[in-house]
Amino acid sequence: MIDVEAALVARARKPGQFVIIGVSDDYGERVPLTIAGVDAEKGTIRLIFQRVGKTTAEMADMKVGSDLGYVAGPLGNPTHIEKFGTVVCVGGGIGNAPLLPIATAMKAAGNELISILGARTKELVILEDEFAAISDELVVITDDGSHGRKGLVTEPLKEICQRKPQPDLVVVIGPAIMMKFCCETTRPFGVHTEVSLNTIMVDGTGMCGGCRVEVGGKTKFVCVDGPEFDGHEVNFDLMMRRLGAYKAQEQRAHEQYKEHRCKIGLDD
Amino acid sequence: MTDDEKYLQELLAKEAAGELKPSERFKIPAQDMPTQDGVARRSNINEVAEGYTELEARLEAMRCLRCKTAPCIKGCPVKIRIDDFVGAIAQGQYDEALAIIKENSLLPAVCGRVCPQEVQCQETCTVGKKFKDPTQGVSIGRLERFVADRDTGDGSVPKVAPPTGKKVAIIGSGPGGIVVAADTRRAGHDVTVFEAFHKPGGVMVYGIPEFRLPKAIVQDEIDVLTKMGVEIVCNFVVGRTRTIEQLMNEDGFDAVYIGVGAGLPRFMGIDGEHLVGVYSANEYLTRANLMKAYKFGEGSDTPIAMSKKVAVLGGGNVAMDSARTAVRLGAEKVYLVYRRSEKEMPARIEEVHHAKEEGIEFCILQNPKRILGDDEGYVVGMECLKYELGEPDDSGRRRPVPIEGSEFTIDVDTVIVAIGNSANPLIGQTTPGLELNKWGNIVVDEKCKTSLDGVYAGGDIVLGAATVILAMGQGRTAAAAMNEYLAG
Ligand SMILES: Cc1cc2nc3c(=O)[nH]c(=O)nc-3n(C[C@H](O)[C@H](O)[C@H](O)COP(=O)(O)OP(=O)(O)OC[C@H]3O[C@@H](n4cnc5c(N)ncnc54)[C@H](O)[C@@H]3O)c2cc1C
Ligand code: SF4
Ligand code: FES
Repeated sequence: MIDVEAALVARARKPGQFVIIGVSDDYGERVPLTIAGVDAEKGTIRLIFQRVGKTTAEMADMKVGSDLGYVAGPLGNPTHIEKFGTVVCVGGGIGNAPLLPIATAMKAAGNELISILGARTKELVILEDEFAAISDELVVITDDGSHGRKGLVTEPLKEICQRKPQPDLVVVIGPAIMMKFCCETTRPFGVHTEVSLNTIMVDGTGMCGGCRVEVGGKTKFVCVDGPEFDGHEVNFDLMMRRLGAYKAQEQRAHEQYKEHRCKIGLDD
Repeated sequence: MTDDEKYLQELLAKEAAGELKPSERFKIPAQDMPTQDGVARRSNINEVAEGYTELEARLEAMRCLRCKTAPCIKGCPVKIRIDDFVGAIAQGQYDEALAIIKENSLLPAVCGRVCPQEVQCQETCTVGKKFKDPTQGVSIGRLERFVADRDTGDGSVPKVAPPTGKKVAIIGSGPGGIVVAADTRRAGHDVTVFEAFHKPGGVMVYGIPEFRLPKAIVQDEIDVLTKMGVEIVCNFVVGRTRTIEQLMNEDGFDAVYIGVGAGLPRFMGIDGEHLVGVYSANEYLTRANLMKAYKFGEGSDTPIAMSKKVAVLGGGNVAMDSARTAVRLGAEKVYLVYRRSEKEMPARIEEVHHAKEEGIEFCILQNPKRILGDDEGYVVGMECLKYELGEPDDSGRRRPVPIEGSEFTIDVDTVIVAIGNSANPLIGQTTPGLELNKWGNIVVDEKCKTSLDGVYAGGDIVLGAATVILAMGQGRTAAAAMNEYLAG
């Protein structure tokens, strides 16, 4: 987790939006990251990310006070917030971070808020206290049962959908596979389900088409049309394939970064 | 003295005596552009066309007849006094030549390299007409580049008028934005350029590759702006970071120029376009250029597929650039698939020529039917159809029609789609009251003013996909109107 000084982004951003960051001002990877929070007074935004590739590893190794290359944003359309009635917010792993501002805004708009936080294991459950403070009901669930219930988020989600009255809206942010199964869970109940997609991106302004996804049989661009879409319309299978596209190369860049660090006598 | 030098001296002497006849000018051989070797350049990104030597430039300039009517000027979108600048080169007065060009064009080093001269000034050149071949006309573009490149920059920066206290915001740092910045700054306004990317320059840096337009040239132009006192703010996405409304109502900007360029890439709408290994040309070129993907693993860490067999769809400059970039990124086989014939290709002739020299296989009168993938969703091939030319369509070009049953499959692992762009939707979506046409392009009047007061626009966002020179021309028009508006 890092806080980044970006006064203009901090001032403009709304729940659901993201930024694109790069660690060197010159040439390198541009990575989209969701905004987990903001301190408007200090002019900082909070980014929470996992070490997955070279850029995020470099960011994780930064010392307080160092310069991040650049931050552009806020990008994407803000979440539509209004009083729907009962809103279920489902977060998977790191997805809890962008979910928190949305959940907070939903609660503030007068909704009854149910939060479901899922993770592989206890250590990966983040922001639990923050969610506890705003939720009318909170379910924590881990794959291995090391914290909260044991199982997958789809189980409590299904139970909640079975209640009468049904929830009015479900918002899911997490790994693509988890969003896909949440949508399959809510589909038979006809509960509107919003998902926030985190695709490959380059410019974030609607120029490159790298962020394209298929929604309702049409090509949509996450950076200008999204990032939130009706989950029942999203073709997750295509999206997951495209997300897999750069895995191998990212791995390679990350390996080289680690090697380089070893050579200069740092651990990783 | 070499033979050519002697020849030039003789020609000059005759000209000075008023005795050089047109027939003698016609005999001067058209000067070829020195280029990097076709094989060697496949594995480097250095500029392909190396530029005229002084002798070549002066001989080429001597071919110009100095026509009274100068039909070349009519073909130039910004009406450069071509006959005069070419004449100055023949006389060896290069500074004079550059000054003449700069009266009308601010980016001669760029335009000399990327303008489609064969359909502009050179199309109407009398010498080309005489040989019934526009490529045999005076090489105006190469001469323009020659003088621009000789300008080592004596450090002189255009004069800036005393401060007016007015603030101008420019959205996008492409050629249009650069020109508006220079012209409005010269008038003494306080000018800020907002750019979404982390590097300024627009398509000239993230689209057109290094081997055709070295980034240093664009950087020089940006440096001039900075020296003039223009502020350039990168990583600023207008419409998101701040809206135009906020810039004008809250941040004190008195006038705005929108030069955000073309937007969302078009796809074919065929099966398989979501497979891994299918890119829009914009994505592919941006990754390769701006992020130096060709240095992947040595300091630059953009992931880009290491493609071996590539199909590029399209026949314009963007398609040529993609194909030639693929070659340089190490592809063994690059096909350029175009559904019309070579004559209809909108790309610059020189690029088509260079692409062929670099071993790109032209598959004309063919069009993909679907892209084939493997179980994991990676591209493994493309099924195409053969086409023939039918009746002329609205554009006057003969319409390509598919030949039934002519399906065949080519073996590729990457497909790059370069069939054009639609308008960038972001500014339209976030600016109430801004009039757009049905394609989403911004509507402007002859002064490049939009439906909003104080807001001007030009370049690809107005024209659809256009050219550097047209964007520059609109920038000039808009800047003049903005200066007038701000003075009033
Ligand atoms: C690969 C390729 C090859 C080409 N080859 C040629 C050629 O040989 N000859 C020729 O004449 N033309 C060529 N063109 C076309 C030419 O480059 C364009 O017509 C020209 O650059 C358009 O200029 P512009 O001023 O509209 O801005 P652009 O150059 O399109 O730049 C727009 C800038 O605005 C920025 N921007 C977008 N949205 C925002 C926002 N919301 N906030 C802030 N900034 C934003 C973009 O990041 C970009 O930097 C080519 C184009 C491409 C893509
Ligand atoms: S048309 Fe050709 S020959 Fe005539 S002035 Fe122009 S460049 Fe020279
Ligand atoms: S990130 Fe390039 S179009 Fe969306």
